Amino acid sequence: MLSQIGDDAKLLAGGQSLIPLMKLRLANPTHLVDLNFVPEAAYIKEDGRSLRFGALTRHAAIEKSELAARIPMLHDCAAGIADVQIRNRGTIGGSVAEADPSGDWAVVLLTLETQVHCLSPRGERAVPLAAFISDAYTTVLERDELLREIVVKPPEKGSGGAYLAFKRSAPVYPTASAAVNLVMEGDVCGDAAIVLGCVGLVPVKATQAEDALRGKKIDDKAVSSAMEAVRAAVDPQSDMRGSAEYKRTLAAGLVKRAIAAAMRRARGERVEVSHIYA
Amino acid sequence: MPETFDKVTIQLKVNGKPHSASVEPRLLLVELLREAFDLTGTHVGCDTTYCGACTVLLNGASVKSCTMFAVQADGAEILTVEGLEKDGVLHPIQKAFGDSYGLQCGYCTPGLMLSTYQLVGENREPAEPEIRKAIAGNTCRCTGYQNIFKAIRLAAQNMKGA
Repeated sequence: MLSQIGDDAKLLAGGQSLIPLMKLRLANPTHLVDLNFVPEAAYIKEDGRSLRFGALTRHAAIEKSELAARIPMLHDCAAGIADVQIRNRGTIGGSVAEADPSGDWAVVLLTLETQVHCLSPRGERAVPLAAFISDAYTTVLERDELLREIVVKPPEKGSGGAYLAFKRSAPVYPTASAAVNLVMEGDVCGDAAIVLGCVGLVPVKATQAEDALRGKKIDDKAVSSAMEAVRAAVDPQSDMRGSAEYKRTLAAGLVKRAIAAAMRRARGERVEVSHIYA
Repeated sequence: MPETFDKVTIQLKVNGKPHSASVEPRLLLVELLREAFDLTGTHVGCDTTYCGACTVLLNGASVKSCTMFAVQADGAEILTVEGLEKDGVLHPIQKAFGDSYGLQCGYCTPGLMLSTYQLVGENREPAEPEIRKAIAGNTCRCTGYQNIFKAIRLAAQNMKGA
């Protein structure tokens, strides 16, 4: 169908970003294809070790899912996106496919092993999330292709992850966000993944911050060097949400808190973290 | 972009009553409710998916009716503020908002009452942080929210056992 109606068509998932953009005439599609009536496009399934999320799975369904909560940072993210009404409507597939630099899901999922399954008349292909998002609001989806499913591999035993975002009020996009996933071997960090949101055209993978933790005992000194590396890795724009300098400091602070929560979770503690707002 | 569109016939239940309408695909759900069905209790505040004045329940889940199309509600059940009162008797949520002075100008109130309906439906003993989270998508510019919290706690209390 997409190949027939042409270039200006848009797919409508939850509509919580696209409809506001259309009202502002920032998006002006000639055709809108509503996916909400596609049966069985919303699900959370376990498949071997992986979790599979149908593209139309609402944030609220993930927030309430015990299966999804096996990866606590997925719950952190789902429970804090916008507000109740938007979580009841917005979808994980829509969020990832929109590739908004301020979106939440891609930041979290990039710290995990995530594959995006894309469907077109030519068949289905699996693209690693890091390769799926090519630029701000841009993905590798062809114009006759849609995001069908997101497959997430839970991190290995002994790991812990956390997602934190700071926003000015509930319904708005965050000012900055941070996802941290740590593989702990006792006190020593075996591996680390750190990704920042809202501070670049695409989510920023802070590889030097990861290096600052990997193979080390996570103490104040290691955390400080990771924070310094985060400040250097991000490239925020000054806007109504805050100055670039403010966002650098905020991103580093969020990473510090996310590391602390991730370490406690790696030890098996229950920790509640989510979006922070006034 | 064409100026007119072929209309689509949709059928839905609003406050328990079946309705049918012929609508342009671009019509928003809130416009259908207010302009076609004359259910003007659902308000348009910001029209940008922020304020929650347009909150209604769609198949039991609260949504911002300014941020979905009327055609998407085909086959759905909608609850608006007009559906809370039964046979001239106010719903306990409505009564609690009145008794607690949980409103001033009243513009945000229908949306807040429907967010309360969603919360209390799942949780008859909401703690303060749960109430805050439940109404985070509803903006009130008059009250400072304190009496709204009181109203929600009172509504939950009065609905226990119901």
